[in-house]
Amino acid sequence: MIARLTEGVPQRALILLGLLLAAMLAAPLLVGDYGLSVLILVLYFAYTGQAWNVMMGFAGQLSLGHSLYVGIGAYAAAALYVHYGIGPWLGVWIAILLSMSAGLVIGFLAFRFGIGGVYFALLTIAFAEFTRVGFDHFTWVNGSGGFFLPVAQYSINDPLNLRGSPTMFYYILLGITVLAFLFCRWLLTGRIGYYWLAIREEPEAAQTLGINVFRYKMIAVAISAGMTALSGVFFAFYYNNLFPEQIFSMNRSIELILGPIIGGIGSLFGPILGAVVLTLLAEGLTDIMAALGYELPGVKLVFYGLCLLVVVMYLPNGIWPPLRKWLGLGERL
Amino acid sequence: MPIDLIVTVAVQGILTGLVYGLMALGLSVIFGVVRVVNFAHGEMMTIASYAAIVAFGAWNIDPLVSMIPIAVLLFALGYAMQAALINPFINRPEHSQFILLAAVAIIMVNGLLMIFGPDARNVLVDYALDSIEVGPLLIDKVRVITATLALAITAGLFAFFKLSRIGKAIRACADNHMGALVVGLNVKRLYALTFGIGSACVGAAGAMMTLLIDTTPNVGPVFTLQAFVIVIIGGLGSMPGALLGGVLIGLTEAMAGLFFAPSAKTMFGVAILILVLLFRPQGLLGRKA
Repeated sequence: MIARLTEGVPQRALILLGLLLAAMLAAPLLVGDYGLSVLILVLYFAYTGQAWNVMMGFAGQLSLGHSLYVGIGAYAAAALYVHYGIGPWLGVWIAILLSMSAGLVIGFLAFRFGIGGVYFALLTIAFAEFTRVGFDHFTWVNGSGGFFLPVAQYSINDPLNLRGSPTMFYYILLGITVLAFLFCRWLLTGRIGYYWLAIREEPEAAQTLGINVFRYKMIAVAISAGMTALSGVFFAFYYNNLFPEQIFSMNRSIELILGPIIGGIGSLFGPILGAVVLTLLAEGLTDIMAALGYELPGVKLVFYGLCLLVVVMYLPNGIWPPLRKWLGLGERL
Repeated sequence: MPIDLIVTVAVQGILTGLVYGLMALGLSVIFGVVRVVNFAHGEMMTIASYAAIVAFGAWNIDPLVSMIPIAVLLFALGYAMQAALINPFINRPEHSQFILLAAVAIIMVNGLLMIFGPDARNVLVDYALDSIEVGPLLIDKVRVITATLALAITAGLFAFFKLSRIGKAIRACADNHMGALVVGLNVKRLYALTFGIGSACVGAAGAMMTLLIDTTPNVGPVFTLQAFVIVIIGGLGSMPGALLGGVLIGLTEAMAGLFFAPSAKTMFGVAILILVLLFRPQGLLGRKA
């Protein structure tokens, strides 16, 4: 299994990944509190982007409503913790199961009724919006008033209940991101990865070859939804507050998928690179604005939008594929 | 609940729905021909609304008058967007087009936020609170006027597509892209024209909308979603479908606001959308793909 993960990856790529991991492991010692919060954001978007990429990049199903799975995961784990005292390490499985079920319901309805392309994308938005407004009126989790977790004491780390300092959250999230990276690599190099590739490129040809297109699309949705739920659980315990208006919003869905799109859809390292670029861009802009004493709302996002426009116009496959070629790292990362 | 009240609210909802329909019509026309989903549709409408608010604030021009130059302005914006930005993306995958227009939408929302700030604005004309008495019902005058105008514009557009040479050429592009190229139509220019026409619809709707609702930069994304819901219910690419979808959504929202909570009204619209997508994905009046 280990052999399969590294097969066909040039040695220099492994060395570079090892160096990157070492740097990430050492990072909390080198950067301050602010730097750490930025790195957590980077990892959050890298992981969630990776999860979305399973559905879009691997199996070719465009979801614009991934905030649905983040929200379900976050609310499930948070509600279990607050109402029943069930810890996040148990709650996360329930969150994942719920989110997978939601994904499977949407996938079943869409794929059975032959809804594809733009219509599928809009269906995913519709379900996310429906759930958002539903949660606004869901009094068990305090509706639109927001749902809050008891705020943690930073001095004591309690990893079992995910209560503790940002450094603890950072290492947990780093572990999750690395595991997700390896898991996706494992998926892509296996039979299922090749099936997805066939379905993404030529669904009819894949069907003709005897691939059960419906089943493998469903598997992609389930894996993607389940992985995304985990980032929701993290979100809930890291930020300690949940508002349907924010967590289920269409803006959030768009934010989540910009990373992999900018980085390079379908590649393994693209979502990570995209998350780094976008987060640093956004944070850098905030800093520059603050340094200039320029407080006008919206300036940052206008510039963000312009950068996005430039990337999508001139680097249609994202930043990673050309960079990968330039670094000589082969095609399979 | 008195029956008069229910009927009044229903009629008001239908009238508002016609303006929604005009807005969605723009999206439908663009998708029907260019096959690009305009993810910046609501944002473009907000630009039109702000133009009407500025015209009223600075020169006291009634939005029902300023909607003509605003529609022309939006036509130019749409034409330029298609010609400069979207045309190179016609043959790119859908997610690529999506991200392009999402970027445009982000720039528009936040550009408006920079210029006008986050506060809600509206236009208060002197007939804003007038109402028309129809038997026991009391109907807002502005809603009657805007709904009538929306219907008239739609009828005009319908005639344009059925009768004029350019309209026929545009329909030819929509029916058979390759065929249109073969007979020597300038497809690029026709696409830009179509995008302009769709944007002009949303321009007129945006100007009228200032009489019905408060405008903030953030209503843009809400109306983008609203427009999607409407055109999918009616049938993407179908002109009467957009109006029907608009009326249905207007009515549903009004009824949901009356019987449940106004904040829950989007849920009902989206629920209809999900049902339509599942059982009649081409929309109520759409043709099977």
